[in-house]
Amino acid sequence: MDDFAVVIDNLPLYLEGLWVTIQLVVMALALGLCLAVPMAVLAASRNPLIAGLPKAYIYFFRGTPLLVQAFLIYAGAGQFEAVRESFLWLVLKEAYWCALIAFALNTAAYTAEILRGAIEQTHFGEIEAARACGMSRGLMLRRIILPSAFRRALPAYGNEVIFMLHGSVIAGVITVVDLFGAAKIVNSRHFVPFQSFIVAGLFYLGMTFLIVWLFKQAEHRWHAHLRPRET
Amino acid sequence: MFDLHGYFPLILDGMKLTVAVALLSLAIAMVLGMLGALAKLSKSKTARLVAGIYTTIIRGVPDLVLMTLIFFGGQMAVNNLGDTFGWDYIDVDPFTAGFLSIGFIFGAYMTETFRGAIMAVPRGEIEAGQAYGMTPVQCFLRITLPQMVRHALPGFGNNWLVLAKTTALVSVIGLHDMVYNAQLAGGSTRQPFTFLLVVAFLFLIITAVSDVVLRWANRRYSVGVRRA
Repeated sequence: MDDFAVVIDNLPLYLEGLWVTIQLVVMALALGLCLAVPMAVLAASRNPLIAGLPKAYIYFFRGTPLLVQAFLIYAGAGQFEAVRESFLWLVLKEAYWCALIAFALNTAAYTAEILRGAIEQTHFGEIEAARACGMSRGLMLRRIILPSAFRRALPAYGNEVIFMLHGSVIAGVITVVDLFGAAKIVNSRHFVPFQSFIVAGLFYLGMTFLIVWLFKQAEHRWHAHLRPRET
Repeated sequence: MFDLHGYFPLILDGMKLTVAVALLSLAIAMVLGMLGALAKLSKSKTARLVAGIYTTIIRGVPDLVLMTLIFFGGQMAVNNLGDTFGWDYIDVDPFTAGFLSIGFIFGAYMTETFRGAIMAVPRGEIEAGQAYGMTPVQCFLRITLPQMVRHALPGFGNNWLVLAKTTALVSVIGLHDMVYNAQLAGGSTRQPFTFLLVVAFLFLIITAVSDVVLRWANRRYSVGVRRA
């Protein structure tokens, strides 16, 4: 058990890794959400010409492992002369940015699928009412469809945030020193596999609980109308 | 761009390994899931507590962290045991460690799926079974098990699809699955993108085939259900 002293000594490394993990996850989720909203609106369209492309994107990113996607960007981009000679290479030669791009593209697909489901569940009465009020398609989307879809998507999105946090260990695989990367370094320097990975696991567990708690608060706020009435 | 320089058989070998790992993990996950679900629904407080800790921890920690923990840590634990009992050095092979840890992880997800499915079987039918004098085991095998399959299938299907993709992580602990082989081939031909894209499509094929099978199973087990 005194091996945990090694881990305590390396706590600053873990905290640096934790900070990188948080950066990657938060930025990926923000970027992913920005991509997901228009994609979900298009994918929910009844016109197969409009829905086709976003649906194919969603199918590809949900059907392949995040690890393969990250490798495709990190190791794969360099295969092309054109990429290596363009300004893109400044970004794509850094594992950090590759991880961020892979995570954002991946979570965008999952989030879009969640939102598409929520959009398609919009009650037709609400849409009829909006049409009767003379709202245009854009106004209807902004005022009626999206707010209620976001609300319905909240529990499933909470799971997606947790999956993104757990998926972010892939950054550690492609040489970024995130929380998992920090644990790998501590393990290879001192050969304490149990202690090094258990501490990382505890950090992830703590963050998972925090996310669960945050979404519970959010649901309390935005699902207030679904709460049983207080007597 | 799609000149594979004769490396395609290597990738296919990797795919065989990926499928083998996935199926073995699935078998373990189903056994653990069933045990977990029964423990969560049992009258014993200890059993519920153990199952609760199992599902909470597994679902709260990333799979790769658990996998490396089991792989590296398991290796060390086995050797420590070996020192105590005077065995020779035992090498934990990554194949066993891989499917054991993936099975262990997805057992937690299966626990939740199976628990929900068992609860969906009407209580009255179990009581009827008891009234006929069936033992708890008979009740389970004759009434609960055949009916829970239908309720478990959607969640089971999701878990399987996630599991199949998770097997890509065994390449990180050095198993020669298709992701590992693609990196090998990509490295020596300087075409990593090509080979990884091939692997991505092979994963899509696994997903698509699973989809067909799951849909068939869903139809098969919903035969007795009337739909509007």
